[in-house]
Amino acid sequence: MQKIGVFVCWCGSNIAQTVDVQAVSDALAKEPGVVYSTNYQYMCSEAGQNLIKDAVKEYGLTGVVICSCSPRMHEATFRKAVASVGLNPYMLEVANIREQCSWIHKDKEVGTEKAIILGRAAIAKVQLNAPLQAGESPVVKRALVIGGGIAGIQTALDIAEAGFEVDIVEKNPTIGGKMTQIDKTFPTLDCAACILTPKMVDCAQNEKIHIYSYSELKEVKGFVGNFSVKINKKARYVDENKCTGCGECTTKCPMKNVPNEFNLGMDNRRAIYIPFAQAVPKVATIDPNYCNMLKNGKCGLCAKVCGAGAIDYKQQDQVIEEKYGAIVVATGYNPIKLDKFDEFGYSLSKDVITSLEFERLTNAAGPTSGTLLRPSDGKHPHTIVFVQCVGSRDTSGCGKPYCSKICCMYTAKHAMLTREKYPDTDVYVFYIDVRSPGKNYDEFYRRAVEQYGVHYIKGMVGKVAPRADGKIMVQASDLLANEQLHIEADLVVLAAAIEPDKSARPLATMLTASMDTNDFFTEAHAKLRPVESPTAGIFLSGACQGPKDIPDTVSQASAAAAKVIGLLVKDKLTTNPCVAQSNELMCNGCSSCEKVCPYGAITYIDKEFRMPDRTTRIRRVASVNPAVCQGCGACTVACPSGAMDLKGFSNSQIMAEVDAICQMK
Amino acid sequence: MPNEVKAFKPKIVAFCCNWCSYAGADLAGTNRLAYPADVKIIRVPCSCRVNPMFILRAFQRGADGVILCGCHPGDCHYTTGNYYARRRMTLLFSMLDFLGIEKERTRVEWVSAAEGAKFAATMNDFVATVTALGENKRLEDLRCKE
Ligand SMILES: Cc1cc2nc3c(=O)[nH]c(=O)nc-3n(C[C@H](O)[C@H](O)[C@H](O)COP(=O)(O)OP(=O)(O)OC[C@H]3O[C@@H](n4cnc5c(N)ncnc54)[C@H](O)[C@@H]3O)c2cc1C
Ligand code: SF4
Ligand code: SF4
Repeated sequence: MQKIGVFVCWCGSNIAQTVDVQAVSDALAKEPGVVYSTNYQYMCSEAGQNLIKDAVKEYGLTGVVICSCSPRMHEATFRKAVASVGLNPYMLEVANIREQCSWIHKDKEVGTEKAIILGRAAIAKVQLNAPLQAGESPVVKRALVIGGGIAGIQTALDIAEAGFEVDIVEKNPTIGGKMTQIDKTFPTLDCAACILTPKMVDCAQNEKIHIYSYSELKEVKGFVGNFSVKINKKARYVDENKCTGCGECTTKCPMKNVPNEFNLGMDNRRAIYIPFAQAVPKVATIDPNYCNMLKNGKCGLCAKVCGAGAIDYKQQDQVIEEKYGAIVVATGYNPIKLDKFDEFGYSLSKDVITSLEFERLTNAAGPTSGTLLRPSDGKHPHTIVFVQCVGSRDTSGCGKPYCSKICCMYTAKHAMLTREKYPDTDVYVFYIDVRSPGKNYDEFYRRAVEQYGVHYIKGMVGKVAPRADGKIMVQASDLLANEQLHIEADLVVLAAAIEPDKSARPLATMLTASMDTNDFFTEAHAKLRPVESPTAGIFLSGACQGPKDIPDTVSQASAAAAKVIGLLVKDKLTTNPCVAQSNELMCNGCSSCEKVCPYGAITYIDKEFRMPDRTTRIRRVASVNPAVCQGCGACTVACPSGAMDLKGFSNSQIMAEVDAICQMK
Repeated sequence: MPNEVKAFKPKIVAFCCNWCSYAGADLAGTNRLAYPADVKIIRVPCSCRVNPMFILRAFQRGADGVILCGCHPGDCHYTTGNYYARRRMTLLFSMLDFLGIEKERTRVEWVSAAEGAKFAATMNDFVATVTALGENKRLEDLRCKE
């Protein structure tokens, strides 16, 4: 029988308000094996931890039960505390009486009764706990960054700065992400390219950083410290090592009418292209959907004009295998498609555009060389209507329920820049409310209103209807003046909601990293571990975790890098000791467990057994490699002989919990 | 009042995987989304850790309903655990049904770490369903009763 100590936490008033903590510690004191039971205001505080440590020493406790918040919160804290006074950390169990009890039950009697039962279940489990020893596994000192936007770039640069090797996998032909398409950036209005492209070049020149552009992940195996990753390097039909990026081919290719994704289809590129002048790597790529040579075997012009002999129509996808200690997800975001929003007329007129298209129309490297012209007729627009929250904060099901966070600010930027460059233009902004928290953000927005005379109107746009004469009728309500407005606009700009990249969901599955219902990656703890995924060794950087502007993205990117560096400097990691173990006397070598193990942790060995008649017999038995086993427990259920069990979550421990919960009253 | 008929309070065991559903339950708590106290959660590393034996034991010891919650298909922390759980439970539940434990008393549900609301709603619904069915006597070991 264990000597168990029970420690009931009040969590200030979080638990004590709806659970009678004294009654709980009194009731649990009577449980078999409990030699000490108490309650205290904050068990996780230094004083609380000392209380636990002193009791372990004074009563010679062999088991500890903490009734407190979720074990996902403080189990590690308490385990460390008991370990510091010589108790095996796995002799401790946490009963979750906050998230699963005090926070959801208002009736104190009900809460108290449930807390006692949860405490009992934990005591019953601890009775059967055995000391466990964590193993060790080596750390591969190399990091992988998925996505080469500003988030991925910053993370990679910071990790490389600390001296570790980093690979960036970017699915596009160049790194840079969305920021390459933005013209100027709020709140300082410095040009995006001027602050981004030097960083892109830094990445290319840093000998610790390797860029796999035009590549995607194919397979991820392994675990923190030791991931094995297969990267699919798509054929770009140009030898990266030979291509000098002169661009000769991109002016000679006869396939001229390929929509240019960099300018969001507002102009055309060739079948062989370099996305933009500052692309990194600056290497041409052939688009197989349009190249006549690849499709029909006719043409071959680019190979003829290429002085470097870089064109290779026979190039194949290439699979690269590499090992990493840590993986950072930086897959960013995309504006949503607007085809479900008929009322805004996006598909009805070329002059109803998205904000990202507006960026291209004002960018010197864009389709109009930076002069703001209407896409339909190339004329200067005199009245521009900006509509915020298009598809954001939308609970109707058409759009996204969340706030996209960046649109209020970039719309203020667009409005301000338009008024500055074209003072003869009338600019209207329709908003639900303007959200501008952030350093110098509100000041920025107010400047748009007060200094630049942008007409901000609180109200919803009901309908955007293009007229035959080229004008666009915008029907809207002004909520403050309580009147209907009809504006004849020349250009309508929609601040489309942003959503995670479509590839994020399959990627999350590959990484076993969790996502929220909107497909943003979830962090391990919203407040305390915002750049880590709940899956060990997977870190989050940038807008893939939630809508973010550049300052937030870069902060998170550097934070993620710091976490990665903290991991990579370690030579070894302690492994989870809650692994499977087979009882060789019971195992009949049937292979059932091996078939279900997702990690291939189980092998079979021939083992000599002494028989009762003193002869020996050799039998084949299962053997679990504790360094590979992740402790899922699939094998324990598959085993028909009951030989396989899971340490820390053993059959008898779980049954004891079941018994305690179902105990008759 | 000794003669007062006490409202039936079912005993419900909820097995929750550590990575998704247990975290979903935590989120329900964080968001103060109430569900009946009849539900008691047992944390397991993965839904595939739940041995049919545990569920039989629960009914034997007087549980009125057992629910198993895991990550959504495709989202298992261990890649495939929830598929095993689903297959095993389909078999077990139909056997239990055959033995007289109504199908409504057993359930498998996928709840992600972000679905606090779904967790609470699922538990509310499950408790209501089991309460309507009343006490479970099948499989119960009468020796366990005082
Ligand atoms: C119209 C508009 C104007 C804006 N203006 C401003 C501004 O003025 N100031 C400001 O601070 N912010 C602004 N922003 C926000 C800014 O764009 C983002 O904060 C920033 O781009 C986020 O960077 P990121 O690296 O997280 O994502 P992204 O820039 O989206 O980069 C993600 C990268 O990952 C790659 N990728 C995606 N999936 C995969 C995969 N599966 N495998 C490999 N690679 C993948 C993508 O190709 C991309 O290169 C604006 C946004 C918009 C829409
Ligand atoms: S492939 Fe040849 S022609 Fe094309 S950019 Fe490279 S070096 Fe120039
Ligand atoms: S618990 Fe069993 S099935 Fe799961 S990883 Fe370990 S050995 Fe493999």
